[in-house]
Amino acid sequence: MRRWHLALMLAPVFAASLALAQGGIDKRRSGYDDMSPALRQMEDDETSNPALLFVQAGAALWTQPAGRADKSCADCHGAVDTGMKGVAARYPAIPNGAVKPVDLDGRIELCRTTQQQGAPLAPESADLLALSAYVTYASRGLPISPPADPRLKPFRTEGEVMFKRREGQLNLSCANCHDDNAGKKLGGSLIPQGHPTAYPVYRLEWQTLGSLKRRLRNCIIGVRAEAYPYDAPQYVALELYLMERAKGMKLEGASIRP
Amino acid sequence: MANALISAPKTAKRGEAIEIKALIQHPMETGFRPGTNGQIIPRNIIEHFSASWNGEEIFRMTFSPAIAANPFVSFFTVARDSGTVVLRWTGDQDFRVEESVAIVVT
Repeated sequence: MRRWHLALMLAPVFAASLALAQGGIDKRRSGYDDMSPALRQMEDDETSNPALLFVQAGAALWTQPAGRADKSCADCHGAVDTGMKGVAARYPAIPNGAVKPVDLDGRIELCRTTQQQGAPLAPESADLLALSAYVTYASRGLPISPPADPRLKPFRTEGEVMFKRREGQLNLSCANCHDDNAGKKLGGSLIPQGHPTAYPVYRLEWQTLGSLKRRLRNCIIGVRAEAYPYDAPQYVALELYLMERAKGMKLEGASIRP
Repeated sequence: MANALISAPKTAKRGEAIEIKALIQHPMETGFRPGTNGQIIPRNIIEHFSASWNGEEIFRMTFSPAIAANPFVSFFTVARDSGTVVLRWTGDQDFRVEESVAIVVT
């Protein structure tokens, strides 16, 4: 009888070690997993999550006609939860008729200039962030699924090279922190694994919503290198690699981070 | 601009304590920070927040420059009669936003 109990108690331990031995455990962690319970609660409660303010603003912009064509996003795409579901999970991608990949913000700009025939939105402007937050929010909870387009491969490789290349006065690569030392502390803060699951993100430090590009620029300046201009293709390449690295992880778009 | 998220129960039992949560978009510029041109950015904060239920004030608070952007306020009140809760924010640069929610008390 006693032995039976012991076996029952140990069963989960065996199961866990078996799974470990098979190497099937995903060791990737989203920034959400490492946030304090208070912050997680702030994100989960949709009335206390300030990123939702931008989603709400994006919803208003979605149906508002703009540009010389006087068309709104909804005129072509319809409602965001049906028409745009899963879109944010597969960008950056190569748009029809183009040769270079664009990220979600770039895609919105493309629509703005070609379909709506309006002036492009400024990078990191409130309107662009709101629209991208609204579109990303429609894919919330879906797995990140980069497209299998073979034309993306050279760009993705370029991104991987950039991720692993040391640069700046501190002579650090992205991988030095986010692959080799993730989970440890830098100053007082935890080094995350650097998965782009939460973008566009409301960083409490910024007190506003920001794009992945802004985050990348932050890191580039942090290693004391010179950041590329906002429209540089290098960000898209890096983003392509990061999305591939986070493939299958849950998109948490329009969430908060410290 | 007047972008706010309000959360309140649609119905409540008489005498029940209910939570009302309100989040509003606002930069809460402190008035102490210099901008990129070296000049101080003028203060732009929400100064007062108040809530009234059928015209009777149930909650009031004064904001300070130390409060972060997009302030979130949550408070409890006792449900008495069905009606409308009006939330009002006022502040610098003629900031004035009013939102209301209807609550049915049974």
